[in-house]
Amino acid sequence: MIRFDHASKRYPPGIDALADVSFEVGKGELVTVGGHSGAGKSTLLKLIAAIERPTGGAVLVNGQNVGSLKRSAVPYLRRNLGLVFQDQKLLFDRNVFENVMLPLTITGFPAAEAKRRAQAALDKVGLLERQKAMPIMLSGGEQQRLAIARAVVGRPNLLLADEPTAHLDPDTAADVARVFLEFREVGVTVLIATYDDGLFPGARRIVLDHGRLQ
Amino acid sequence: MSTWLSQHGQAFLLALRRLTASPVNTLLSLLAIGIALALPAGGQMLLANAMQLARNAAPTPQISLYLDLGADKRAVQEVEARLKSNPSVKSVRFIAREDTLTRMKASEGLGDVIDALPKNPFPDAFIVMPADDRPEAMEQLAAELRKLPKVEHVQLDSDWVRRLDALLKIGRTGILLLALLLGVGLVAITFNTIRLQVMASRAEIELSRLLGATDGFIRRPFHYFGVLLGLLGGLVAWLIVAGVVLWLKGPIGELAQLYSLDFALRPLALIDSLALLGAAATLGWLGAGLSLRQHLTDH
Repeated sequence: MIRFDHASKRYPPGIDALADVSFEVGKGELVTVGGHSGAGKSTLLKLIAAIERPTGGAVLVNGQNVGSLKRSAVPYLRRNLGLVFQDQKLLFDRNVFENVMLPLTITGFPAAEAKRRAQAALDKVGLLERQKAMPIMLSGGEQQRLAIARAVVGRPNLLLADEPTAHLDPDTAADVARVFLEFREVGVTVLIATYDDGLFPGARRIVLDHGRLQ
Repeated sequence: MSTWLSQHGQAFLLALRRLTASPVNTLLSLLAIGIALALPAGGQMLLANAMQLARNAAPTPQISLYLDLGADKRAVQEVEARLKSNPSVKSVRFIAREDTLTRMKASEGLGDVIDALPKNPFPDAFIVMPADDRPEAMEQLAAELRKLPKVEHVQLDSDWVRRLDALLKIGRTGILLLALLLGVGLVAITFNTIRLQVMASRAEIELSRLLGATDGFIRRPFHYFGVLLGLLGGLVAWLIVAGVVLWLKGPIGELAQLYSLDFALRPLALIDSLALLGAAATLGWLGAGLSLRQHLTDH
């Protein structure tokens, strides 16, 4: 599903965010990426989604070399991914339902089917009652669950999450972590960057230290 | 096909939403565009009316022939015969000097003056309709008629029409220039408005890209935005011109009546209105395109 082959990412002026990283994630696996802050966890996820390109080695997703994708092909790669961002990136001028609709609007889903899917995704994370609310009215945990609903509404086969439980109290964090575990149950490959891998029992762990795999 | 339609529909709705999201800004932009476009559009309206007026005032060009005051009946008959036998002359109308005198006496203010004159100052006259009313042909015919016996003066009534024509040509060029300049202004206005829109929607654009939006998906609403801005601005311009016509219609109608002209101020013709709206929409689209090229290239 995902293969890093001696991948590195160097930012000017010569800072190595990732150096010579090689690993593989199989279909349906749940993997956590651990490591201290600044170890390269976010960079690793960004390479998979082609938000950044590797400066050395190769990153393959579904057999596709992401680093050499044409700019015009990148959108279609991302449509197969579910992304949960560290800063969530919710649109605060749209309500909960409209936030979840956005990925389906982008892919041009028929409206009726899109509505059904968005509501199913909201139901899955327990936010269906709040679909008319504005994101600012939601608690931190609810906002995170909204971000997850938006990530999975397109039914991706690969879900990437960057620190999805950061800044949440332990109960809420466990709650959010459970949502990811449920997706793994239904066969979605899940890759989570987190400093708290105790929340994801049964996950395979890889740990980064200053851009290198431990 | 239905996906394509719904994507365009959504882009259009998003553009509308962005337009109405900041009503004051939108209104100011529309006013700026409207006033800028109202100048050439109003000019075109005035020009069209001036041409209409010129056509009304001189339905067909003609040549006036004034005979010598001393010309007698026989001389008149001879001139008339020669005119009628001339193939370049379509028709001839004779105006006897006595008739002219009676008509002039009836005119307000002139009666007393004419009564004070010792004798009839008006000559016999012919109004000649040329077979060919092109300026050169008329010029040639006039020269020919000047050579007839007892002819004192030949006047080409097409002269002032030609002068007016030349004036209108200058007017048309002026309006074209104005339209070009203000068209560039419209592009500048949309360029800047779209720039502000792009800045205001940065978060949304960035997120859409991360969620797999193509460049087309991101650009589309802005293109619609530019077209809508231009179109609505064109509509404002049209309304301004229509308002001006409505306002001037009364006073100009009175003036025309005083000059006994059959003339009423007309609003922009349908074809000119469509051209105005079409040009405004196209320029809005162009401004949006230029702005997006400038402000959306970053990844």
